Amino acid sequence: MGDSNYSKAYIQALIDELKTSKIYTDLQCAAQVDLAKPTLRLSELKKGVLNGLVNSGWDRKLRNAIYRFLQTNPKLQAPTPPPEHLKEPLVYLRKAQQSWEKRILKSLNSMCTELNIPLARKRPEKDQKEWAQKWTELGIDGPDLSQIRPVYAPKDFLEVIIGLQNPNYHGSDTPGFYHLWGIVQVPLKVKDIDELRLQYSDMSINQCQSGIDDAQDIPSELFEQERVKLGKKVISANHGPLAQEFSKKGCPTSMRATLWCQILAIEVDEIDILYYEQLKTNVLQHELLVDSLLYKDVKLTATNDDQYFVFEDFLYQVLLPFSRDTHVLKHFDYNSASPPKSYIRGRLGMEEFAVNYPPNGVIPFHGFAMYVAPMCFLFKETITLYYVFREMYIRYFFRLHSISSHPQGIVGLSLLFESLLQTHEPDLFFHLKSVGCHPLKVAFKWLVRAFSGYLSSDQVLLLWDRILAYNSMEILAGRFGGFNNITSHSIDPVKSLLQMKAPCFVHGAQRTKRPGAGSSQREAFCQ
Amino acid sequence: MSKGTKVPGYMQGKGSRNPRGIIGDREIRYKCSLQNTILDVLRGRPGWQEVPGQQSTGQQQANTGKSGSGSTTQGTTSGYKGSVRNPQGPGTQSAVPTRLQGFQSIPPITRNSDGDWDFYWCDREWLAQNYDTMFLYEHQKILHFRNHYELTRKNLMVKNLKRLKKQTERELGKAEGQSFEFFPTTYELPSEYHIFVEEFKKNPGIIWIMKPAARAQGRGIFLFRRLKDITDWKKGEYQPLSDPNREVPETYVVQRYIENPYLIGGRKFDVRVYVLVVSYNPLKVWLYRSGFARFSNTRFSLDSIEDTYVHLTNVAIQKNAPDYDPDKGCKWSTQQLRKYLSAKHGVEAVKKAFKGIDNIIIKSLQSVQKIIINDKHCFEMYGYDVLFDSDLKPWLIEINASPSLTASGKEDYDLKFGLLNDLLNVLDLENRLTGKEKRVGGWDLLWEDGPILADDGNMECAPNGTTASIPNSFLGCHNERKRQLRELYTAAQSIKKS
Repeated sequence: MGDSNYSKAYIQALIDELKTSKIYTDLQCAAQVDLAKPTLRLSELKKGVLNGLVNSGWDRKLRNAIYRFLQTNPKLQAPTPPPEHLKEPLVYLRKAQQSWEKRILKSLNSMCTELNIPLARKRPEKDQKEWAQKWTELGIDGPDLSQIRPVYAPKDFLEVIIGLQNPNYHGSDTPGFYHLWGIVQVPLKVKDIDELRLQYSDMSINQCQSGIDDAQDIPSELFEQERVKLGKKVISANHGPLAQEFSKKGCPTSMRATLWCQILAIEVDEIDILYYEQLKTNVLQHELLVDSLLYKDVKLTATNDDQYFVFEDFLYQVLLPFSRDTHVLKHFDYNSASPPKSYIRGRLGMEEFAVNYPPNGVIPFHGFAMYVAPMCFLFKETITLYYVFREMYIRYFFRLHSISSHPQGIVGLSLLFESLLQTHEPDLFFHLKSVGCHPLKVAFKWLVRAFSGYLSSDQVLLLWDRILAYNSMEILAGRFGGFNNITSHSIDPVKSLLQMKAPCFVHGAQRTKRPGAGSSQREAFCQ
Repeated sequence: MSKGTKVPGYMQGKGSRNPRGIIGDREIRYKCSLQNTILDVLRGRPGWQEVPGQQSTGQQQANTGKSGSGSTTQGTTSGYKGSVRNPQGPGTQSAVPTRLQGFQSIPPITRNSDGDWDFYWCDREWLAQNYDTMFLYEHQKILHFRNHYELTRKNLMVKNLKRLKKQTERELGKAEGQSFEFFPTTYELPSEYHIFVEEFKKNPGIIWIMKPAARAQGRGIFLFRRLKDITDWKKGEYQPLSDPNREVPETYVVQRYIENPYLIGGRKFDVRVYVLVVSYNPLKVWLYRSGFARFSNTRFSLDSIEDTYVHLTNVAIQKNAPDYDPDKGCKWSTQQLRKYLSAKHGVEAVKKAFKGIDNIIIKSLQSVQKIIINDKHCFEMYGYDVLFDSDLKPWLIEINASPSLTASGKEDYDLKFGLLNDLLNVLDLENRLTGKEKRVGGWDLLWEDGPILADDGNMECAPNGTTASIPNSFLGCHNERKRQLRELYTAAQSIKKS
């Protein structure tokens, strides 16, 4: 990739990153092993070692590591923009995010004072032992949660987003002239249907999809056998981009776990295990107010869900360490949000005594646990589950609850949703509006949770396959409106969800669904 | 699911076109002794009518029939049998005095109104009391076989299975007998107490579970590890046998406890599988696609064997657990379970595991095939309870002849409503089917005097013949019953027309 359009600084950053990672030493060791081989000729030293590395699979691993870096680090423009531009280039959105954070903090603090609980405290020795013992069954008797309430819910967040105004953007005096028709009034550029159609061409109706065309009662010769065969090949190649390409048509259920790990370049090694254990120890030693929030959230959402109640304990084992994980802080480089600061007692406002609170900088909201819940279907090992979730969060999910102008941010997605629905299902849009049930008000919480808990788990996983495969969350908004005409039928249930929410709405003939699409609708009743 | 009165054309019985035997054009009359989902289903069925004045439970006939205001009392012996069967509607329904002491020619029949219903969802007690004295018309259908307990009493089930296993080993060799290794070592108490003690001493330290043979819903079950526990219990249970008022000791079965159950999220679960037998000779078995997995409320551990809640997954027991939340029900659909297992273990492993369940069903039914009194009027819907161990091997826990039909929630109600409605579709009192169907709604024909293989369904192409060897069993697969029924009835109609 030497002559590519990456700037020198970017490549330098990549090399620096690689040098500090474990793969660097691993590669060195592997090279030395090759060097020591008696068959190696001195004259062809370089070639021989390189060949050796390719043969032993290290070349793939290096490629995966580079690919991961490319995906998680936005390309630097020249000249280098100031760091706050990386977070969010538009000043008014930056400010909106800041004031939103202030509100969250205020509510958190007031809960602290009201209930007289500290933000953090060390657990007594006895409690620590007890916690260590019941680590795998944390759900049995949690802390008293009757007083705890979620800091905010998607509904509150939506209000903030509706209220966003671009100060530089003035419509004419006649109201409604320049105004956008939807309730999101931020003028951002979003893709139109043709662009999406091109981008998601692999999902068009004439393409067979996993999760639909491999249902049990469809003869496996038609699609499934070939698909599984190809899947096995892809997995054995262990190459991120390949797995990603394959997943565009959905992952076969039994391969999803492996494919996701490959796409996200996650291979749990001893260091990772050690790191997780360290996080666990941190949980055992200190008690945070955030723990109670997480507990409350799990009890309110996953434990009450027919599909996920079984995984209650897994969720605690993932979410509690996650709140202690400072690795997550890195994503604030490109997230418009900033980690909240807390000060050591008595040193309020003194920078040198500031700490991030919680240590990972993420304050959970109502429904946060649902980002993890569907993944419990994939991974038996809590540790793998943990790292996959962490990676998914710092790549994608954080955008769903911070205000930014990023096309995949929640503002952009909401806008995309509204514009698609408006353009391609105007009847539906208008009807919902006229019965006083604005479509985005219905759909917003689905977007914020990436549909987890609103569609059945297998549908959610098929959807998230696409997020990973296309490295984009536009699919979330695209599931509505006209988009589903051209994409796969697996998309359809969402529209039915929307239709069911709309009372007495009669919308033409329901499109005939193929097997696999129908099962998720019952979820709508739970709301 | 709507119970609406408007019914699409394909759902309606075409009485004129397809003569329905004795029922002919009139409505189908049913009786039902339960008040739950099944009654909803029956009431919601177009063209079905409840027999008025039915009793609510399986009590004696004494209090039946009186509600029909204009009912005529039978005056003479001659009119006794004939007129009752006269299927002219509820008006002729009789209220017969329970005891007709004056007539010696007639045995003291407690019941005689055999002809007033076409379909009876009765309870087991009622059948036991009345079966031997009742006469059924060709078209009549009644739930339960006379001696259903051969399979549902835990001791008899094991006895029958052991017998068939021995017979198979004798005739086909030890290897074939391996396919019976799906129930844990079991003994009947008190009759096999001595063999049990011997076995117990051979395997010290393992856990045994004690269950009353005839009680349901997990009552009276406990676990033990030491023989002392059981001798203490024995004293309490069997003591003064000489006491004439005391009944014979209750039969128990003692079973090797499965110590490595498959856990999901640290919890144990069992799977409820619905099986419909419409005939024992030839054996004809249907398997329902949907069902559910019931999770224990707490995390599984062998340390606390006195904690019954951990070990038993019966909903009835779980209901008594202190933190039971009735809204949750602790259930997964079988579909959900299958998806979960295939995500973790791959499709092949799951296929194998579910094939094991098919084997359990067939072998257990075969074990009583010769014993059950076959009757073409009878049918039985069994609820199989199956447990997976950590190697995904299924174990048969028990078989229920009256699986609970009371719904624990909306989803559960939908499942049971569809299940029962499709059961009636399979029985086909309306005579809308051709009788050759392999799938009716959510039911798949699993066995008819031999294994049934899945064909390619509506697809014309089966290029390499691999599909032909797949058994017609789809437990935990998609259950799009309504769509299937629509297609089925349209097809059947066109066949019948031509």
